[in-house]
Amino acid sequence: MSELEAAERLPVYIDIREHMRKTRSGKIRTRARSKSNLTIRLTILVLVALTIYGFATFDYKDIDFTKAAVGTWNNAKVLFAQPRLTYSTWGESLKELFVTFSLGALSTIFGAIIAFFGALLCAKNIANPVVAGITKSFVAFIRAVPTILWVLIFTVAAGLGSVAAVIGLTFHSCSYLVKAYSESIEEVDAGTIEALKASGASFWQIVFQALLPSSISRMTAWTFLRFEINFTNAIAVGAAAGAGGIGFDLYMAGSHYFDLRELGFITYIVLAAVIVLEIVATRIKATVK
Amino acid sequence: MIMPILEFRNVSKIYDNITKALTDISFSVDEGEFVSIIGPSGSGKSTILRCINRLVDVTQGSIFFDGHDISQADKKEIREVRKKIGMIFQHYNLVDRLSVIENVLHGRLGYKSSISGAIGYYTEEEKERAFEILAMLGLTEQAYKRCDELSGGQKQRVGIARSLMQEPRLLLCDEPIASLDPSSAKVIMDYLSDINRTMKITCIANLHQVDVAMAYAKRIIGITAGQIVYDGPPGDLSKSKIYEIYQSEEGELITDAK
Amino acid sequence: MLSEQAEKNKKAKDNIEKKMRKAPRPEAQTSVFVIRKRTFTLAFLGLFVLFTVSALVTEYDVIGGFESLPKAVAWMAKQFIPDEKALSRLSSILSKLMETALVSVAVTVCAATCAFFFSLFGTKTTKTHPLLARTVRIVAAFFRNVPDVVWAMLLLFSFGQNILTGFFALFFATFGMMTRAFIETIDEVSASCVEALYATGATSLQTVFNGVIPSSLPEIVSWVLYMIETNIRSSTLIGMLTATGIGYLFDLYYKRMDYGSASLVVICIVILVIAIETISNKIRKVIM
Repeated sequence: MSELEAAERLPVYIDIREHMRKTRSGKIRTRARSKSNLTIRLTILVLVALTIYGFATFDYKDIDFTKAAVGTWNNAKVLFAQPRLTYSTWGESLKELFVTFSLGALSTIFGAIIAFFGALLCAKNIANPVVAGITKSFVAFIRAVPTILWVLIFTVAAGLGSVAAVIGLTFHSCSYLVKAYSESIEEVDAGTIEALKASGASFWQIVFQALLPSSISRMTAWTFLRFEINFTNAIAVGAAAGAGGIGFDLYMAGSHYFDLRELGFITYIVLAAVIVLEIVATRIKATVK
Repeated sequence: MIMPILEFRNVSKIYDNITKALTDISFSVDEGEFVSIIGPSGSGKSTILRCINRLVDVTQGSIFFDGHDISQADKKEIREVRKKIGMIFQHYNLVDRLSVIENVLHGRLGYKSSISGAIGYYTEEEKERAFEILAMLGLTEQAYKRCDELSGGQKQRVGIARSLMQEPRLLLCDEPIASLDPSSAKVIMDYLSDINRTMKITCIANLHQVDVAMAYAKRIIGITAGQIVYDGPPGDLSKSKIYEIYQSEEGELITDAK
Repeated sequence: MLSEQAEKNKKAKDNIEKKMRKAPRPEAQTSVFVIRKRTFTLAFLGLFVLFTVSALVTEYDVIGGFESLPKAVAWMAKQFIPDEKALSRLSSILSKLMETALVSVAVTVCAATCAFFFSLFGTKTTKTHPLLARTVRIVAAFFRNVPDVVWAMLLLFSFGQNILTGFFALFFATFGMMTRAFIETIDEVSASCVEALYATGATSLQTVFNGVIPSSLPEIVSWVLYMIETNIRSSTLIGMLTATGIGYLFDLYYKRMDYGSASLVVICIVILVIAIETISNKIRKVIM
């Protein structure tokens, strides 16, 4: 056999059997034993166990699942196949859509300005590690509180309306953008910063002459991506906190008028807006990566 | 007369109805030959290899492998063809997170039913064979390492081991040493040459470096813009022919510096 | 490597020195700076207009907004602190929090499983029919972009104020998001090894199990961990609409103006989310 000849011809003196690992039943193992594979399996196992435990312990309140599922399917058909406006008009809906858009825009602008300074405190290549650590934990705290809770908390202080919504949305924008911005800044060439420092430039000169020009395009892209998220969040906040905009219309249609057709119509308006934003965002993302 | 193991008859390939990759290519390869295909990047070298194992469909013409026309083969026939043809890649194309031995065993997938291959059921003989091949390529110690822990040269040897596991009749090498340092590149080329000589496996290798091709191949096919401009032994390859293949003037190629 | 770095440093220094030398003479300023300034001014103006219009449309009170911040902080420091009454409710808060956490895990695991199988038909690696791949992507886009609020409203009609309402509302949104994420991940991570596996004569099923799954699993687990964390926050909001879970509890205390208990809810959520984030990051570090 030609293959055997080859094995003889090449200098093989090692006993390959010494290197084989066997299973308990005497079969040759093939898998690599690595910490990473083990961790992945363990993680999946724990998550599946939690899921099963969850399903077993949930309080279903004796719901007739089949009936509810069939009902939902029929309702979905009405919602998506027969959209119609009854309580609102085209003009009003578009105006509310614009309000939501504006809520998103305002919170993105505020978020971007605050996050810019936050990022300067956080970016590894320019910040003091202690200050960066404190800023990062503060940001983590802000992010951990759901947006809707921030909105409701500020509603108590500022009253119901756009102020609470914008501030609530701004909080999360900040924490997201601080991370994104500081990563953009960290990508600026260390040599550039060092050279500027060596030539005696002040901190703000470094920021505006070196950091900003070289990371502004990435930062702009991230800001737009955040705007997309803020827009969808503004819808949710409008529905759950009564902060206005198209989200509130959704809430009214669903929970006050119980009008599936109206809900469907507004859903389509929102869907159109979100898909346009998503297409733009995907294009922008491609330029960042 | 030896029957050619591979024959291209007037093969053309056009991508997306616009880009002409190959125009009217005809050549045949005899069993046991070591053929090197050279040419500038984008000239269609990769496309030729990928037409052979049908990773790419040909637009026109026919390809005969072992006497059968495979250019019109259906899914099942393609599978039969592929398991007889090993392929190694410039970027090794291993499953980085699996062990070396698992990657070598992937060479057997073509021989298995869909299910037993999917769940990774291999016989003890296959595993032992995999170890033998690894020993041949000097990788025994690495058998249980994950592929992402290996060096480039080692990864390429795993790639070779995977293709040998297929018991191939033909080995397609797509720029096998383009990502390697010179000494690992020599090791890989020596292994390929050994495999070709002692195991009588036909080799077709795309190579960037003319000097490597001249040193290892018994026959060179030069390709420019999707057409064969040279086909013959390395000894007859004149300097002016090389310039024609690479469409350059004297002094523009790095080989000139020597 | 080192010399390269030094070279870079030197180049940067040269550049800056050039700029510095030019700075004192205004007439020597290159047009690049003028253009940059102009773009900057234009962008600033554009943003200002956007800001003004947005503020007018939403009737945003700019000064009031700034004033409300310290007011809110002062209010939080005084009122938004757990009191004794709140602490007596700790066990019911924790049980609702547990419910919300379990819902998030269950939703994410179920949605991820479905999304993975679904995404296999949407990637280039499995060589499915292009039309099928396109359909998969469109369906995913639909589920992703219909706001979760709409799903919640729709489900409320038939499921009522039930834990399953929130479950399915989150499920649809998560499913849409993860399908897209998985398609991108699979295309990115496994394209090269998939080609090699097909070349050995492997079938699509074999390629998925031997190539696609092993190489994309770490990314997928990482996505699942991220979505669990996100879903805990989302399910708070959905819970308010569907009267379930921790969101409902917060809403209840909030409307009763029992801010002490409400604050305890917030603290519990924060601890849970940060704990999950920390564990997730640890796992990510090992598996990536």
